Amino acid sequence: MGVRTWIEGWPVYRQLTGTDPLGRGAAAMSQRSAGLAPRTGAADSMARSVCPYCAVGCGQRVYVKDGRVTQIEGDPDSPISRGRLCPKGSASKSLVTSPLRQTKVRYRRPYATEWEDLDLDTAMDMIADRVIAARAETWEDVDDEGRPLNRTLGVASLGGATLDNEENYLIKKLFTAMGAIQIENQARI
Amino acid sequence: MAEAHPVGFGWVMEAKRRGARVIHVDPRFTRTSAVADTYVPIRAGTDIAFLGGVINYILSNELDFREYVLAYTNAAAIVSEDFRDTEDLDGLFSGFDSETRTYDPSSWHYEGLEHHGERHDQHMQRETASAQQHQAHGPSVPAAPARDETLQHPRCVYQLLKRHYARYTPEMVEQTCGIPREKFEEIARAWAGNSGRERTTSLVYSVGWTQHSVGVQYIRTGAIIQLLLGNMGRPGGGIMAMRGHASIQGSTDIPTLFNLLPGYLPMPHHEKHATYADWVDSIRHPDQKGFWHNAGAFCASLLKAYWGDKATPDNDFCYGYMPRLTGDHGTYQQVLDMIDGKIKGYFLLGQNPAVGSAHGKAQRLGMANLDWLVVRDLFEIESATWWKNSVEVETGEIVPEECRTEVFFIPAASHVEKEGTFTQTQRLVQWREKALDPPGDARSDLWFFYHLGRIIRRKLAGSTLPRDRAILDLAWDYPTHGEHDEPSAEVILKEINGYEVATGRPLSTFMELRDDGSTVGGCWIYTGVYADGVNQAARRKSRHEQDYVAAEWGWAWPANRRILYNRASADPEGRPWSERKAYVWWDADKGEWVGQDVPDFEKKKPPSYRPPEGATGVEGLAGDDPFIMQGDGKGWLFVPAGLIDGPIPTHYEPVESPVRNPLYGQQANPTRKVYERAINPMNPSGPDAHAQVFPYVFAVSRLTEHHTAGGMSRTVAHLAELQPEMFVEVSPELAAERGLTHLGWAHVVTARAVVEAKVLVTDRLTPLRVEGRTIHQIWLPYHWGREGLTTGDSTNDLFGISLDPNTLIQESKVGTCDIQPGRRPTGKALLAYVADYRRRAGVTDDPHPPVVTAGEG
Ligand code: SF4
Repeated sequence: MGVRTWIEGWPVYRQLTGTDPLGRGAAAMSQRSAGLAPRTGAADSMARSVCPYCAVGCGQRVYVKDGRVTQIEGDPDSPISRGRLCPKGSASKSLVTSPLRQTKVRYRRPYATEWEDLDLDTAMDMIADRVIAARAETWEDVDDEGRPLNRTLGVASLGGATLDNEENYLIKKLFTAMGAIQIENQARI
Repeated sequence: MAEAHPVGFGWVMEAKRRGARVIHVDPRFTRTSAVADTYVPIRAGTDIAFLGGVINYILSNELDFREYVLAYTNAAAIVSEDFRDTEDLDGLFSGFDSETRTYDPSSWHYEGLEHHGERHDQHMQRETASAQQHQAHGPSVPAAPARDETLQHPRCVYQLLKRHYARYTPEMVEQTCGIPREKFEEIARAWAGNSGRERTTSLVYSVGWTQHSVGVQYIRTGAIIQLLLGNMGRPGGGIMAMRGHASIQGSTDIPTLFNLLPGYLPMPHHEKHATYADWVDSIRHPDQKGFWHNAGAFCASLLKAYWGDKATPDNDFCYGYMPRLTGDHGTYQQVLDMIDGKIKGYFLLGQNPAVGSAHGKAQRLGMANLDWLVVRDLFEIESATWWKNSVEVETGEIVPEECRTEVFFIPAASHVEKEGTFTQTQRLVQWREKALDPPGDARSDLWFFYHLGRIIRRKLAGSTLPRDRAILDLAWDYPTHGEHDEPSAEVILKEINGYEVATGRPLSTFMELRDDGSTVGGCWIYTGVYADGVNQAARRKSRHEQDYVAAEWGWAWPANRRILYNRASADPEGRPWSERKAYVWWDADKGEWVGQDVPDFEKKKPPSYRPPEGATGVEGLAGDDPFIMQGDGKGWLFVPAGLIDGPIPTHYEPVESPVRNPLYGQQANPTRKVYERAINPMNPSGPDAHAQVFPYVFAVSRLTEHHTAGGMSRTVAHLAELQPEMFVEVSPELAAERGLTHLGWAHVVTARAVVEAKVLVTDRLTPLRVEGRTIHQIWLPYHWGREGLTTGDSTNDLFGISLDPNTLIQESKVGTCDIQPGRRPTGKALLAYVADYRRRAGVTDDPHPPVVTAGEG
């Protein structure tokens, strides 16, 4: 290493003589940091998304590499958020990759004190059976005066407001056809 | 706003940088207050008194924007001589029936129209929250009422308002809200002074207004001010409802709500909507002006979307399949029905009522009395684990070995693991691309419901029962893709948008929907989101490549319009009110409305247009009627029809208040929805001598670092570390009064529950002088529960269930309580402790104080 290289490798020298007097950019770089590249650059794909927390609707860019989310950033093109995210939006990657996420079906038998495992297809089948049975047991055809009711008060639902419009649409469509009217959402609360 | 909608608040800061003045009114000093020009603490639950004072200030100084008010509002309309105000009747309006605690609103109507329209039973309307339909349109009013353009007639709306608010003086505001009169006058002056031709003022609120027993009337009071000052339909003006969740607006537009169908169509009621014609006419109001006249097309197209080829004009589009309401089927009624064992199964879809809903104990005991419960979430939230990890397990109220509820936890896909649209707070629909597949058993709700429907249809195939026809005839053939047979969200978006049945061509505007079965339309207000076969919600033209309206980013309903009622941004002749505030105007050469936004008006209708005698529907709207969804085309200062609790907002105390209503004998909203059940006792209030058992006011809200019931934030390491513990904020004065130490423990008690928290002694809370005495307010966040990385007691356990009569939304932003140092008791001792408070407060025998207190002196 020559003296010149040695001196120029000294951050204070670069800060005093270069274009970065505050020492927050180029002047502060080491050989190692100069060689670093953002992980967004190495991503296999990027999806344009929207923050799942509050209703401001900040734009997000979701970077994926090797089948894993590697980064979620604000979308600089968004006229709503101009690339910004608040603490919650910035934590979105931790949300979707959280080790606490439960990715297996859990089942609690009546009177049980612990969860058990259950296969997803079996669970779907059991739930369908229970809906059909609850509906049959509580079905109301007509009111006292013979006007149609076509409904069950045996099934209820409460949804959150991170449901997509398409999901809400299908939920309401299916429950309405089944005669289940007690369908509610965080939007009431 | 800076706390709960931080990035949106960035625009307030931009405005401030350009000279805007920011005023913040809140019980507690927050991050918003810190950067506001003026911060004013207010006693929680007194906003109508405060805003009524502003109205009085505007009217008594004649500071209204007279040209706007005359042309665009119902200020000049003359009201029935039968109308009596709360000022005459000690806090009640004319028409009150003390048995049902509802009004016969006929005396509120315009002169000569007292007996117009349907005579709906108001009790039924409250039970079904039917006022919510008016979110997209005003209720029925036939053509032009009698008017006095001089605004001098004693019964014109302008004079009625003036008289109603005459007692809402600065002194009264000071006495009621605890706001010094100079501070109040400073705000009133600034608001009026910053409105008019050249300037506009924007009003921002959130659930701090909606979650009250008078929530709708809070917002109405704001609307009166904004109309009087000419701030509606204009750039920089308006009333901004900051909604709290990614797609809570969408969840209302394309609702999963018991009383609504997509696009604010009402769910059929067994009496009112027995036939298809009854249902359509109740929406359409055949003799009414405005765009709602086309409702037959919206209804037919929705039923076509539901039942496809099976729905024909000859069978009323399968209307006979629709289930019917008979009353209140809302989420709180459901919980009480669960406790009574009436409900067998319950689905929770990304919602955590054990923490997020009022009266957490009722929520958990209700779930413990189901046959089965399905929880779909990212995490094992409290609503999935109450049977082994809740306060009630500790107190013995839930014994796992005796609890029969079968619980299914089905993991959900996150927002990046599925595609679809969210509708954010300004009605902007944004498409999300999918980044990757969900892990393990996690699936989208689209997958869950599509396949649940498919399996149920398969199991019922061949059934001859009439009740199964609606399921078997359902249009449920959605294309699927991928390893897990994920249904196509884009195909569903196209169904929501609507298309021509014969050709499959997506529609561009809701004006193309037909009532003859030739169109499908899943949600009429969203028609256009898939115009030209293009997913308009997926548009992402950079903000650097378009103007500030950014019309090519996503898509806003209706018709990609960014400011509603923007015809009002021009004067009656169609000219901008000022150069500075030009937005949409009439271009006489082109013969059309032009400007920066999609005009919220018929494009070619000139300002000079006057409807022919007897015209209805869109034709009935004059060229200067900007409020096109209202029955008379006007902004309503006075609401002659459509609300349960009165035509003019009136100050009522919160259901639980340490203060007597200074204005009327009627203490709280007389029409509020109450549930008089042993599990739902109310703290004594106002004049009741026992009120001092719960002497303090408490308010709750969010922290920036957490999200609602915590399911998406207490589970995330960064966020849990930023706000690691449940706490309660108290003023130094209250800390001294109750012996509370900073960073020590305290517990907060109501007639329902006791919760503990760490104490933060801070001057962010100010004791207020109200009625000559000191009122202390405390504040708590409501994010905590027993699961996740940071755990703590749930604040919403403290609330009882009292609802706004128009929306059936609970009062969960204000209540009364006691606070004591130290931790709360545990186990059985906890129950005894709360019971003792109830005994001392006199709520043991009669847990429900009288609701109607007017005329008691
Ligand atoms: S980043 Fe913050 S402000 Fe933006 S949508 Fe998400 S939670 Fe709301």
